[in-house]
Amino acid sequence: MAQVEIDIEKASVEQTLYAKVLEKGMYIGLLTLFITFLIYVLGLMELKIPMSDLPKYWQMSASEYLHAAGIGDGWGWVTLLGYGDFLNFLGIALLAGVTIICYIAIIPALLKKNDYVYAGIALLEVIVLSLAASGILSVGGH
Amino acid sequence: MKNWGGILCVLFGAFLMLILLADPSFASDPAAAAPTVEHAWWFWPLILFIATFVMGIFAVLGGVGGGVLFVPIVSGFFPFHLDFVRGAGLLVALCGALAAGPGLLKSSLASLRLAIPVALIASTCAIIGAMVGLALPTNIVQIFLGVVIILICILMLTAKKSTYPDVQQSDKLSSALRIYGVYYEDSLGKDIDWKIHRTPLGLLLFIGIGLMAGMFGLGAGWANVPVLNLVMGAPLKISVATSKFLLSITDTSAAWVYLNKGCVIPLMVVPSLVGIMLGSFIGVRLLKVAKPNIIRWMVIVILAFAGLRALLKGLGI
Repeated sequence: MAQVEIDIEKASVEQTLYAKVLEKGMYIGLLTLFITFLIYVLGLMELKIPMSDLPKYWQMSASEYLHAAGIGDGWGWVTLLGYGDFLNFLGIALLAGVTIICYIAIIPALLKKNDYVYAGIALLEVIVLSLAASGILSVGGH
Repeated sequence: MKNWGGILCVLFGAFLMLILLADPSFASDPAAAAPTVEHAWWFWPLILFIATFVMGIFAVLGGVGGGVLFVPIVSGFFPFHLDFVRGAGLLVALCGALAAGPGLLKSSLASLRLAIPVALIASTCAIIGAMVGLALPTNIVQIFLGVVIILICILMLTAKKSTYPDVQQSDKLSSALRIYGVYYEDSLGKDIDWKIHRTPLGLLLFIGIGLMAGMFGLGAGWANVPVLNLVMGAPLKISVATSKFLLSITDTSAAWVYLNKGCVIPLMVVPSLVGIMLGSFIGVRLLKVAKPNIIRWMVIVILAFAGLRALLKGLGI
């Protein structure tokens, strides 16, 4: 097989686009996480779990903790965003979600280049990450 | 300049003292864990912040990811349950990768074209790994974690690196996917063209890497780099940068599983994140004056110690 000719530009359009979306999402996510954490530790909002109780919970398994603290799994934290401790999950979810947005952003750029294989792989990745985020994939706690 | 060596030795000693003072028996079983309640709520997050700050320094100087130090050390010597440690470890590794990603992509050191197919396999397997890891009894995961950490130490001691691997010809798959590129090599002052080979084997290996990343909450840079560099033939800089970027995708998938299963406690995650980030910032500044070999040995010693501790904990010894 003939050796591949190397002629692509240093950073492709989709790579540059991915980087830009990732950069913005990362900054927004980190900023949100730090602001909400300050709100949490400064006690500016009511807490679902008092900080003094946390040492009791962090020694339990996650399933025991959810049961003992009366918290639902999956996206159950969304209903608790009014509490200072659960407000932190907003920043965490943003950081965990930015990659999905990056992939969605590059699909049109790939299609425009007729790069259907990579557009397909990117779409599959969006499905995989969305499935993970959805909470549909469930396992029994130990 | 010479004082930096002394400071690093003091930091290393202080770090060992810190993790030894954090009585290991606290975390081994619920009955033994009871004494930790005597501490104020802020005690362990503060110790965690200090420990992760030191970890951040040593991670940069030792050339390893923060996640690979975080999980074995924190699960071995802190009172937190392994579920929360893995959740925090994934988020620490994820945030580090997200922060580094844009710069690496813009400079063309990380290759999106190389990462996309690899990431699909690794992230899918990371979800499976996370689900298996959360379903297995904690002691079993702890035993596997200990074994993996000890294997990582062996890998760090024995693995070779190739700055510019000799790839005579691209394989069919990488040619079809057009996985190749060019980057500017500062040390040589010229553009370097690169391509890869043995793509099917590399992709197969990423199945295992994804599974381990998800199961143990470890950043998988320690495995990504050798596969990309030695197996697939990507230049070392491309391998390191693409590996770092890859973690932002692999860890995202596993992080969602841990988040949905309630394995995230913000009071653990944020101090760890800030600690690692600040430590990495200092580490980068110390990089110019530190002796990499000595630091690498220190990291291997700490990791081996933590791996052994995880193994013994899992075995109930």
